[in-house]
Amino acid sequence: MESVLEVNHLTCGYQTQPVFSNVNLTLYPGQFSGLVGPSGSGKSTLIKAMLGLIHPWHGEVRFRGKRLRAGAPPPGVGYVPQVETIDWNFPVTAEEVVMMGRYRERNLLPWSSRRDRLIAKELLERVGIAHVAHQPIGELSGGQQQRVFLARALVGQPDIVLLDEPTSGSDLHVQHELLHLLAELSQQGLCVLLSTHDLNSVATHLPWVVCFNQGIVCQGQPTEVFTPQTLQQTFGSEMLVLRQHGRIVISSDATTLLHELQSNLPPALQQHNSQSV
Amino acid sequence: MDLLLKPFQYEFFTRAILVGVMSGLLCGVMGVYITTRRMSYIAHGLSHAILGGAVLTYVLGLNFYVGSGIWGFGAALLIQYLTGRRVYSDAAIGIVTTACFALGVAVISTYRKFSQNFEAALFGNVLGVSPTDLWVVTGVTIALLALVLIFYRPLLFWCFDREVAQVQGVPVVAMDTLFALMLATLLVVTLQVLGVTLIISAVVIPASIARLLSNHFGYMMLISGGLGSIISFAGIYLSYYFDVASGASVVLLSTLVFGAVLVWTNYRRRAKRLTAPVHSNRL
Repeated sequence: MESVLEVNHLTCGYQTQPVFSNVNLTLYPGQFSGLVGPSGSGKSTLIKAMLGLIHPWHGEVRFRGKRLRAGAPPPGVGYVPQVETIDWNFPVTAEEVVMMGRYRERNLLPWSSRRDRLIAKELLERVGIAHVAHQPIGELSGGQQQRVFLARALVGQPDIVLLDEPTSGSDLHVQHELLHLLAELSQQGLCVLLSTHDLNSVATHLPWVVCFNQGIVCQGQPTEVFTPQTLQQTFGSEMLVLRQHGRIVISSDATTLLHELQSNLPPALQQHNSQSV
Repeated sequence: MDLLLKPFQYEFFTRAILVGVMSGLLCGVMGVYITTRRMSYIAHGLSHAILGGAVLTYVLGLNFYVGSGIWGFGAALLIQYLTGRRVYSDAAIGIVTTACFALGVAVISTYRKFSQNFEAALFGNVLGVSPTDLWVVTGVTIALLALVLIFYRPLLFWCFDREVAQVQGVPVVAMDTLFALMLATLLVVTLQVLGVTLIISAVVIPASIARLLSNHFGYMMLISGGLGSIISFAGIYLSYYFDVASGASVVLLSTLVFGAVLVWTNYRRRAKRLTAPVHSNRL
């Protein structure tokens, strides 16, 4: 199968300090992966390098076999930035934000074409927020805001979507909804890579994870990859890993582990479990 | 009726009104970009920087608009360059603009004959605009509004989310440069209306009023541009009857409108909150 994005021997840094070195990663159509690592491990920098936003020190990124030129991101790549970087007071509606993703269509008019509006509407419906299309982004809930930015990344019909910490700051319900939506999109052939430092509510639900800390520690399915050893290598502290009925729960201490075990269960099971405890 | 139309009997007043209306329109439209990008300080600083260029242009016997425009553009690019070199953006603005302003003051203190022009540059002298100024302001207004229309989509994207705009193919560095050029041009041509000390109000206040009234970027531009023109017209017109400096009159009137709109929108929001149903559509 031809890869969508290929990272070969990539080293990046700021000023004189390298952020990560010698990263090799290949992503294929329909692959749904998570880039897992602690804050400051270089996940965002790797995503930016994959987008062609920063100059690598060494190595290369290839999109559909073609070498990426820094500063010139190719068409066919969607990007959802961290929500912390968004100005929520900016005067734009959800629909306008989505239509920004149609920029490459070279509509020279200052207003959006009927076709653009139609495509944006279809996509807003697909991600389940068509009813808030004309609301300012600052008035939407966290889940709706994330869907707006996902819709903007998808509206240009990309081959791959890179999401930087899309679940940070949102509650479990919103996180699971987003993961479900992304899984659906990947089943339709879209390559999805999201970064996260959240192990229990995000990383363990992904089909493929790449443990990352200034370089790739290991990658594979969560059941194979999440071991106390690899987690210590990735997060720099001792972790307990509990496997129960095919589920993995990870924590640094036993009390939190029990709490995580409870909180990650569906509501019906949570009640059942608390009664049995 | 004759009393109301009396000021228009003077050609200089009609010219002042026309230049004021066009400057108000331009400042209003550009103000939306400046306020939403949190660039008010850079606009304020650049207006001071341009003073240095204006003085040097005068000394060197160059065309005011060309000389000051190039100077302002250069200052804006220098700020951008410094910001990308580990200098905090507000510090970069402070360094470049005060240095340029100080250069102007130094030249003025050497060539004493500037005193009157210096006051006009500081506080504006819209009643002193020449027919040539009127043509220049008309040309610049048409050119800048055309640029805003042509680059509406990329500038909006650049303004909202520069990083993702780059991913989606917006030439962000070109947009940075284009906007610096547009800003310098705006400040140079409107310098005569309000002067370097008051110009920022014409940029910031109509856009802030528009933000209180609208959640839509495009409508904000229409409201801000329209309000900028109307307030400039009314401010200059009233200055004739109240015998106050026209720049100050425009600023005070726009502040008054801002206050009124703020009170009205707060009242409306509170009333809406009290009558709103309890349920919410949030996820």
